[in-house]
Amino acid sequence: MSKPRLLEQKFLDYKTSTGFWLYLMTDCVLFASLFATYIVLHPATAGGPTSGEIFSLPMALTETIILLTSSFTCGLALLALRQNNLKQLVIWLAVTYVLGVSFLTIELSEFAALVGDGHSWQQSAFLSGFFTLVGTHGFHIFIGLLWLLVMVAVLFKKGITLKVKRQLGLFGLFWHFLDLVWVFIFTVVYLMGVAS
Amino acid sequence: MTSRQREQRSMLIKYILGFLVSLTLTLTAYILVSGQAFSGHTLVFIIGGLALVQMLIQLVFFLHVTDESGPRFRLMSFGFMAIILVIVVAGSLWIMYHLNYNMMDMSSHEKNSLMTTERDKGF
Amino acid sequence: MWGRLSLDALPHDMITIGGVIGGGLALLAGIAALTYFKKWRWLWTNWLTSLDPKKIGVMYLVVATIMLLRGLADAGMLRAQQAVFAAGDGGPISPDLFQQVFSAHGTIMIFFVAMGALFGIVNLIVPLHIGSRDVAFPLLNSISFWLFVAGMVLINLALAVGEFSTAGWLAYPPLSELQYSPGTGVDYWIWSLQIAGIGSLLSGINFLVTIFTMRRPGMSFMKMPIFVWSVVGCMALVVFAFPILTATLSMLSLDRTIGTHFFTSDMGGNPMMYINLIWAWGHPEVYILILPAFGVFSEIVPVFSKKRLFGYTSMVLALMAITFLSFTVWLHHFFTMGAGANVNAFFGIMTMVIAIPTGVKVFNWIFTMYRGRVKFATPMLWFMGFVVTFTIGGLTGVLMAVPGIDFQVHNSLFLVAHFHNMIIGGVIFGFFAALTYWWPKFTGFRLHEGLGKAAFWCWLIGFLLAFLPLYALGFMGAARRLDSYDASLGWQGLFIVAGVGLLIILLGVFFQVVQVGYSIWKRRELAVGADPWDGRTLEWSTSTPIAEYNFASLTPVIYRDEFWEQKHRSDVKKPVELIEPIRVPKNTGVGAGIGLLAVIVGFGVIWHIWWLALAALLGSIVIVIVATLKEDTERIIGVDEIVATEKKLRGVKV
Repeated sequence: MSKPRLLEQKFLDYKTSTGFWLYLMTDCVLFASLFATYIVLHPATAGGPTSGEIFSLPMALTETIILLTSSFTCGLALLALRQNNLKQLVIWLAVTYVLGVSFLTIELSEFAALVGDGHSWQQSAFLSGFFTLVGTHGFHIFIGLLWLLVMVAVLFKKGITLKVKRQLGLFGLFWHFLDLVWVFIFTVVYLMGVAS
Repeated sequence: MTSRQREQRSMLIKYILGFLVSLTLTLTAYILVSGQAFSGHTLVFIIGGLALVQMLIQLVFFLHVTDESGPRFRLMSFGFMAIILVIVVAGSLWIMYHLNYNMMDMSSHEKNSLMTTERDKGF
Repeated sequence: MWGRLSLDALPHDMITIGGVIGGGLALLAGIAALTYFKKWRWLWTNWLTSLDPKKIGVMYLVVATIMLLRGLADAGMLRAQQAVFAAGDGGPISPDLFQQVFSAHGTIMIFFVAMGALFGIVNLIVPLHIGSRDVAFPLLNSISFWLFVAGMVLINLALAVGEFSTAGWLAYPPLSELQYSPGTGVDYWIWSLQIAGIGSLLSGINFLVTIFTMRRPGMSFMKMPIFVWSVVGCMALVVFAFPILTATLSMLSLDRTIGTHFFTSDMGGNPMMYINLIWAWGHPEVYILILPAFGVFSEIVPVFSKKRLFGYTSMVLALMAITFLSFTVWLHHFFTMGAGANVNAFFGIMTMVIAIPTGVKVFNWIFTMYRGRVKFATPMLWFMGFVVTFTIGGLTGVLMAVPGIDFQVHNSLFLVAHFHNMIIGGVIFGFFAALTYWWPKFTGFRLHEGLGKAAFWCWLIGFLLAFLPLYALGFMGAARRLDSYDASLGWQGLFIVAGVGLLIILLGVFFQVVQVGYSIWKRRELAVGADPWDGRTLEWSTSTPIAEYNFASLTPVIYRDEFWEQKHRSDVKKPVELIEPIRVPKNTGVGAGIGLLAVIVGFGVIWHIWWLALAALLGSIVIVIVATLKEDTERIIGVDEIVATEKKLRGVKV
């Protein structure tokens, strides 16, 4: 590739990652609004269950470790990408995917159990806040997994191109960011929910 | 080892280190809560602090926020966002506590305990 | 299958039917004209699918202007009701319709007129000001525009199918909850804003990245035009405040669709949290509206004073201070909700503090004029009108910053007068100033001065007549949003004066419409060159019309106001231009497609036609995925074509 084209590509990488970072900052503010609402509405249990009564810490810890590991394996995938090692890249992305799906499965089973017990978002403001905050994070994870599938499909079709490299870099930022948000969900919703 | 390989080695170390430290912080917080090592307020502050530390670890080791070449737009926008976030969240909590005390239908017991915690916090 | 949609949704009262027929006829006339003159293909390829920010900017302005007419029509109905019928037996506007009208008026004026004008001008000017060819993400820019249009379509659709919200421009719960607003009105409001809001958010990101990364070599931050600095502040506010709106609208929508209890009055919901969050967004929003207007004036005043801007550094610091402080004052919108003295005092003080940097800016503009060779062309008149009206508004704002005083005038017409002072005097006058200032740059002819001056005086006098009485009425105890009042209160006289004021404003609008039409007709007599005002910034160095690629070469800049320095200093040479092939984004219908699907998603959710909403949502996700994977998105303009264009447009050989 010619030098001007290379510089152009580097500039495109720079612009795109800056823009995506800004998007992540907006997502932070979105989650912050949901966190603030959750905290304010936390005592409003309207005769329904409190946080201490419905949260399982072992399950939440399991989810946390799964997601943290997936963030780590995503990092390993990006390292393989830097080394242009397609095989390793796909393996680590696949592991990340499996861990992500496991996380979502556990989360959805928690939601289903609560709803089955009659403790849906309709029962109280506290539960509304819980389902929306945690559910929004879960929805982001779902979009991330969809993104990952598309990326792997493109990798199979075209191999490692500059465009795919750039897009995988953005995915990495997204996935790491989601694990970071989960750290706060684990802390504020589950740990503090049981502690207080 | 070429500088490229050195760079990749250091990145791998960063990821492994970040992963292990985050794991430790997570398990510590879990053990403290499930073991009920501290009482209410202290516990909340400790696990909150642990979360903030883990956030910094993940920002540096996973999100590479300090690794920017050229003008530090990522760092600046993160910093500005963090300040705004603290203002909006803390401000909202402060405002809502007071609104709830003055305006919501609470039992006198709830009101008393709310105002006592507010006074202890120095409001 | 069709949710809660039925034939009942069509309008029942004569006024709404009249509005729908009127709007419908206008739309049909437009379609007929396009068909008759065979301009559909031209419209599609030259405008609707264009990723050129100059074209997107014009389209934003067209939409904003049309919505201004609708907003003024709504205002006319409100004034008519309050001046003529309110003291008597009721009149043709029912109370329910009145509430829909003031809700629509506020929502449209803020989200579609002011925001539309803002993004229009930013699209047109920012790339030129920083010396770049495009924005950072051209496709995203188009998508943002079409999401804005989608929101506009939804809010106008509410006239024809269903009803609009009666809960005001901010839809406070519990009124906006299902229990008290079971119809589609609030849902139209939510989804119109949610969709347009996402467009705004994406634009905020786009322009910040553009300004951060695409300035000309040599153009450091402190060499940028102040307009660009004002856009930095504005977009920073957009990026950090709009997510709060997204979250809050989502929670209200969840309350209304799946039965959550965020803001309901039962099951633990807390309506006050909505008000807290919506204003945590809402206050930054009003600064989003005003900062670019400040930026426009910072461009106009130096050019029409033939003197450089006084206090560039303090202007930058003031802008950054206002940007940050916008996030520290939001409670002043609900002093009376009951947070108590400590909380009210803190926010009252912060509200007074934020007035200081604004004052600094006004003084700097005035000091720029001092000892300058001031020319009172129409743009400068708008600035003078702004100084008068905005200062009055600012004074009343600082007055209300005192919680004790605010308790007396909150939600009275005093408040209504204050914010109209700020928005009309600040944002609208700024918009008109920008329009008259930059019009010749993009069209090659001036707008007729005499008609422009007539329009200005009508707007200024009309505005003062329409809103100064409201201050008095507010002190006399008149609340906002009243559709009737006891005749014995003696208020009607002042309402009539306010009504006359609006009529004079409408006369001003009439002059503006005539001005545009007449100027287009007489464009050969009114023709001017590429730099009619002896401008200072880079946009005036281009040809008129501006080449698609803006600048033939991206030569480095050395000075602030580089173009001015090149023109007026003999020791500053124009740099040698190096011509290379230019890559330009290809046209694409992705933006329009996403806009259409967004309307369908909104409509589906509003009417509970879930399968339709889901299908449209999936469709948009698919379009986005396909668009991000597309390879062949750019077209190359070769050196020969550039040389030929430069010869033709600028008469220069490069």
